[in-house]
Amino acid sequence: MATITETTETTGQPEGGAFPPLDSSTFPSQLFWLVIFFALLYALLSRLVLPRLAAIMAARKNQIDGDVARAQALKNETEAALRAYEKSLADARSNAGEIGKATRDKAASIAASQQKALDSELAAKIKTAEDTIAKAKAKALQSLHTIAADSAADIVAQLTGVKTLKPAAAKAVAAVKN
Amino acid sequence: MVNDPIHQFRIHNILGPWNILGYDIGFTNSNLFMGFIVLLTVGFLLLTTTKRALVPGRLQSVGEMWYSLVHNMVENVLGHEGAAFFPLVFSLFSFVLVANMLGMFPYFFTVTSHVIVTASMALFVVGLVVVVGIMKHGLGWFKLFVPSGVPLAILPFISLIEIISFLSRPISLGLRLFGNMLAGHIVLKVFAGFVVSLVALGLGGIIGSLAPLLMAVALTALEFLVAFLQAFVFAILTCVYLNDALHTHH
Repeated sequence: MATITETTETTGQPEGGAFPPLDSSTFPSQLFWLVIFFALLYALLSRLVLPRLAAIMAARKNQIDGDVARAQALKNETEAALRAYEKSLADARSNAGEIGKATRDKAASIAASQQKALDSELAAKIKTAEDTIAKAKAKALQSLHTIAADSAADIVAQLTGVKTLKPAAAKAVAAVKN
Repeated sequence: MVNDPIHQFRIHNILGPWNILGYDIGFTNSNLFMGFIVLLTVGFLLLTTTKRALVPGRLQSVGEMWYSLVHNMVENVLGHEGAAFFPLVFSLFSFVLVANMLGMFPYFFTVTSHVIVTASMALFVVGLVVVVGIMKHGLGWFKLFVPSGVPLAILPFISLIEIISFLSRPISLGLRLFGNMLAGHIVLKVFAGFVVSLVALGLGGIIGSLAPLLMAVALTALEFLVAFLQAFVFAILTCVYLNDALHTHH
């Protein structure tokens, strides 16, 4: 043991025999108490401390897993609700389109039939009015002929004294008119 | 005397000596710190979980990180069958981590700087691997040392290497931790000792002591890293070795 001489040289202590870590006289007590203390440490850790830490961490893991699962369920629910909303929105939109189209068509047909009725009524009124005008015109022309013939006969009677010329004058007016 | 870098590893009886079968099992300063480790680990982890908050506060986060670190390690290396070993790996990790961290305080004793402690834990782990392996796979577990698909001519040679590598596991597992903690604490103490010795020399010494002072500060940071890393390495190697006991896929 080279260390023995070396140690005694450097320390010079009376008690110091061997290099302490290799001094076998201290081995029995170290070994004895190491076994006791290590067994105590093992018992305390495995019975008391580690189950406690494991329980804390398991509780956290459960909590997190549960929360994540609940969040996922809520997310799915939200997505389903959103899909339902979008579907009903699309349905309402297409319904509205149909209703609008039907209403437009109905209104257009009503307008068309009213237009037609009005048109025919107006046409009838125009026709009667035209007839009345034509009659009035014919009557006016007729009276004009009579006046012309009478005037002509009167002028001739005044000039010549011949009174029975009226039919001849009417004949002449009719010939001129034609 | 206090400047002696070996002094910090000295063990002395606080209670005792008590003799059992001719061995002195008196309660020493090292044993006192083992008790502190148990008290601190259990006390701290219980303190962090008193509120059992759903949303963890700062303290509870530390406790949960501590738990998850080891839990993920066991899960990744051993799979679901490894759940039975989780408390053991957690205890080993916590014991080594708290021992190393306690050792970073000046005048505190570093339990893991004694080879008997680290070697016992390493032998316990490798012994457990053998016991669990045989309990689970029977004598077929020894096929671990006989890899399949190896030509018969070199099989004895390969088996010998496998056996040697298996037997060297407790040595590497225990000595790595022991060596790291021992060397780190000696180096720290040596540099801190330089500072004290140089300052005693006067003005020139005070200026000259800046270099070892900075070094001691940097080494302290490094030692904190090493303290955590060695605990982590011890735990993950325990998992890797236990994996051999559970799954013999060689």
